[in-house]
Amino acid sequence: MTVKSNHVTIKGIKDGLVFLLDDRCEFTSLLDDLRYKLEYSHQNILTGPIIHIDVKLGTRMVTEEQKEMILDILKQRGNLLVRSVESPVLEEEKDVEGALMTMSGIVRSGQVLHHKGNLLFLGDVNPGGTITCTGDILILGSLRGMAHAGVEGNVDAIIAASYLSPTQLRIAETISRPPDEWENRETSMEFASLRDGKMQIDKITNITRVRPDLNVFKGV
Amino acid sequence: MGEAIVVTSGKGGVGKTTTSANIGTALALQGKKVCLVDTDIGLRNLDVVMGLENRIVYDLIDVAEGRCRLNQALVKDKRFDELYMLPAAQTKDKNAISPEQVKDIILELKKEYEYVIIDCPAGIEQGFKNAIAGADQAIVVTTPEHAAVRDADRVIGLLESSHITSPKLVVNRIRVNMMKSGDMLDIESILQVLNIDLIGIVPDDELVIKAANTGEPTVMNPDSKAAIAYRNIARRILGDTVPLMLLDQKQGAFKRFKKFFGMG
Repeated sequence: MTVKSNHVTIKGIKDGLVFLLDDRCEFTSLLDDLRYKLEYSHQNILTGPIIHIDVKLGTRMVTEEQKEMILDILKQRGNLLVRSVESPVLEEEKDVEGALMTMSGIVRSGQVLHHKGNLLFLGDVNPGGTITCTGDILILGSLRGMAHAGVEGNVDAIIAASYLSPTQLRIAETISRPPDEWENRETSMEFASLRDGKMQIDKITNITRVRPDLNVFKGV
Repeated sequence: MGEAIVVTSGKGGVGKTTTSANIGTALALQGKKVCLVDTDIGLRNLDVVMGLENRIVYDLIDVAEGRCRLNQALVKDKRFDELYMLPAAQTKDKNAISPEQVKDIILELKKEYEYVIIDCPAGIEQGFKNAIAGADQAIVVTTPEHAAVRDADRVIGLLESSHITSPKLVVNRIRVNMMKSGDMLDIESILQVLNIDLIGIVPDDELVIKAANTGEPTVMNPDSKAAIAYRNIARRILGDTVPLMLLDQKQGAFKRFKKFFGMG
């Protein structure tokens, strides 16, 4: 029992109807279509006993006002009871992924800084302190504690610090204890990444070797 | 209204009680009205270091539970008329008192005294929470060891997330020779990690141990280098600008210190 029109699709489910609203067309034409559909077709379905309705907006972003307009049209039919309106959740996950959150301070012994996404931290992470991120960890300061990038399994995550002298580094599932020779490294900014599942330390200027997707500055 | 300063460290045995006793005595030496409060319930020893053990009648818990008035529990120092001590109970434990009760007592003391020095027990549990409850300022004591610095860092983190925003640091028990030879953490690297204001450095001094055993705070003995260091700390608390003691230190730490006081 699927009835198709331009922008409005009505589907019957076990205990009611689902209104699938097109998420690409103009909002006004969507309203027109909805109105038309309710007034001129499916008299047999849309009259009679009370029917529960689920409205699905697809990926269309609607304001509260627009949502209200859709509901108003549906309310004109006394027997239609709107049970739910499914509007897209602001796609935070995706936004967070690319964005870089900036924070500052000192992560002291016993303190844990967790961030969902990529983090630019201006300050130090002291021994005994922990910093964890689902994405990259970039530290403008000293990393003396523990850093865990890609906690949810992102093996492409990196950890960079002005002064990289951690007690432990973790990327995704890989745990690495800095070998002693790290102590005598140059004091230039370094980053850690996974290469074939192994922790690898390199100068920050070589970051494009592991992350070619970054915006690379090539000069004029 | 006076000022309450808690002396804390996290790790045990770095010299909290000694520092409390000496800073308190040094402030009294400067003519200030001072009360020392021992919050190390069950393991009190500020009274021993001060040589006042045999004068104790009532203690902190007695005051909190209303068995005596605050004034009755205060023990007057043998050397200074304006120096008092509120001893901890030895028979109870840290849970015998709540942070609110301590806060009320400290508030009461602040009305009467210019400085209230609170000696904090080791650890970060109930005793620590009790000790910092009434404090306005904090002095964190550490020694030039990784373990002590680590614990100090932890405590600073806890202090900063409480109402005490900018704790001050005392580096205790410095052995100049070892620091010079690199066998001991130097002050510069301690400050790099902890990143708080340094209020004093105290050299390791056998006279401190001797003094503690005789119940006479070191600060009374002007021949002791540690005594001078404690007096300097007291003067800095009072707002004087006192240069850091020269322990044949690298100049770096000294410069850094000057910077804190806006001279560098």
